[in-house]
Amino acid sequence: MTEYIIRRLLSAIPSLVLVSIIIFSLVRLVPGDVVMARLAEGGYADEEQLAAMRAELGIDRPFVTQYVDWGSKAIRGDFGESLWDGKPVLPTIVQRMRVSIQIAIMAIIISVGIAIPMGVISAVKQDTLPDYGARLFAIIGLSMPDFWLATMLLLALTLWIGWLPEFGYFPLWEDPSRNLQALIFPALIVGYRLSATASRMTRSSMLEVLREDYVRTARSKGLQERTIIVRHALKNALIPVITIFGGLLSFMLGGLVVIETIFALPGMGRLALNAVLLRDYPVLQGTVMVMAVIFVTANLIVDLSYAVIDPRIRYQ
Amino acid sequence: MSSLADSVTITTSNVRGQRHWLLDASIRVVKKPVGLVSALVIGVLVAAALSAPYVAPFDPIAISIETFQAPNTTYFFGTDDLGRDMFSRILHGSRISLYVGFLAVCLGSLGGALVGLISGFAGGWIDMVIQRIVDAVLAFPGIVLAMSLVAVLGTSTTNALLAIAIVIIPFQSRVVRGAVLSVKQNVYIEAAQTIGATPQRIMFRHVLPNVVAPILILISASLGNAILIEAGLSFLGLSTQPPEPSWGLMLSGTGRRYMEEAPWLAIFPGLAIAITVLAFNLLGDVIRDVLDPRLRGT
Repeated sequence: MTEYIIRRLLSAIPSLVLVSIIIFSLVRLVPGDVVMARLAEGGYADEEQLAAMRAELGIDRPFVTQYVDWGSKAIRGDFGESLWDGKPVLPTIVQRMRVSIQIAIMAIIISVGIAIPMGVISAVKQDTLPDYGARLFAIIGLSMPDFWLATMLLLALTLWIGWLPEFGYFPLWEDPSRNLQALIFPALIVGYRLSATASRMTRSSMLEVLREDYVRTARSKGLQERTIIVRHALKNALIPVITIFGGLLSFMLGGLVVIETIFALPGMGRLALNAVLLRDYPVLQGTVMVMAVIFVTANLIVDLSYAVIDPRIRYQ
Repeated sequence: MSSLADSVTITTSNVRGQRHWLLDASIRVVKKPVGLVSALVIGVLVAAALSAPYVAPFDPIAISIETFQAPNTTYFFGTDDLGRDMFSRILHGSRISLYVGFLAVCLGSLGGALVGLISGFAGGWIDMVIQRIVDAVLAFPGIVLAMSLVAVLGTSTTNALLAIAIVIIPFQSRVVRGAVLSVKQNVYIEAAQTIGATPQRIMFRHVLPNVVAPILILISASLGNAILIEAGLSFLGLSTQPPEPSWGLMLSGTGRRYMEEAPWLAIFPGLAIAITVLAFNLLGDVIRDVLDPRLRGT
């Protein structure tokens, strides 16, 4: 098992190096640079001053020198400083990550609560009214843009209740009530969209498992239907569902950019968006690298969790 | 004579019986009620997009003094803060969404199919290198990659389209590679190699036609997603620029700003996106059922 984990982690290194090269090259291909972006905010500088500013920021050096310098520091967890406010990048990312991770965890809890019972009922009652209802609920969830769902929710709250939730972020440990009030609606929206994907996956996976011989054996033994579904079928049907959640967790850290923008939440997605707009290379590079590391780790945890669910799976 | 006539009849009936599988699949798709309804909705949307300049009652970017008109018989979906007719804007907006959706998915699928075909067929170090690059690209959340690409290319509808196509490539290539690996095991590939067919001929004449079904399934499943990503990028100001009428842009600008005073500005563009994506998703499900019988009813 330990050997497997080490091997998996080692095999992730080339991918992470490639991610770093891609993002490092991408941000440098952006027309204009941070110096020009700063000037666009107001001010004027002649060519000499521009060159001096670029030299000060170290962005006038050759590409490879900049990459090697950045990479050697990044391995030690030093992603440099923001080119805009001079703050170290890693603590900013960690701070923003808390917001995104909290939304992601809340959304996953909500979606598991909706998706698994719904997927199971849908499969067990295949081609009946509950099944059609659940499938419609899921496909509508997949088709509605999250920003529209958020806008409609806010509109409904304003028009019908005359109340709007708190905007912005309040740390959970300092003000739990305002924190939950601010995050529950984004989490509900993201959770609903996730549950759409997950319930479809639970349904199709359950349908496949329910046709297996061991389920027929369990039925012929006279086991209760409830026991067959929960103990025999659901446990085996969960593997593809867990795979989806693993992928979604890492996706959510960056993919929440639109929801974070609507609810004025300082998460990872907005950090990436602002870094793109302001050409803040170190922040964008750091954010993408952290997302990639989380992606790799989440996939590893998902793979390892298979063994917990299905004891037949052993890692060598 | 009669035997010749019989043989001609038999040959003709055989030709008729062997209808092209794609036509056969299309007929099976529209024979299903969900398939038919979603295909009809998409047909109406495409017709609306193509005929928008002729059927839209007003110029979508023409400003007027009739601001914030609630939906009425003149302005079916009301007017916005600049007095522009929302119905005409939404009709024209369908052009952008469908153009980006179709082209991005076609480009991305073409690129992905080519990458997957080469990777799966070549195997060895070529496959290994391509798959590591695919792994790296998949480690980016799609919207972050699209955002970064749009920043590099510049904010415009065409650049958003290219960015979405690039986001689709790794997903499509993975599916095609998997299918190619399975097709490669077949005896007819071995037979083609034995008679001296070149690798290019085997790849394009023998392997490609046999992996078309998974490519089509993924294309149909990606269309709705591509439209959603475009709307998201427009919403963030990274795709179509004002005053062009894009659904995502309508929602992020006036839609949200005047949500309380003029809710129709937020309701109709979102509804247009949701109906379009829903139609594509439902059609995608039916196409998947038809082309992959193993998944039927799941």
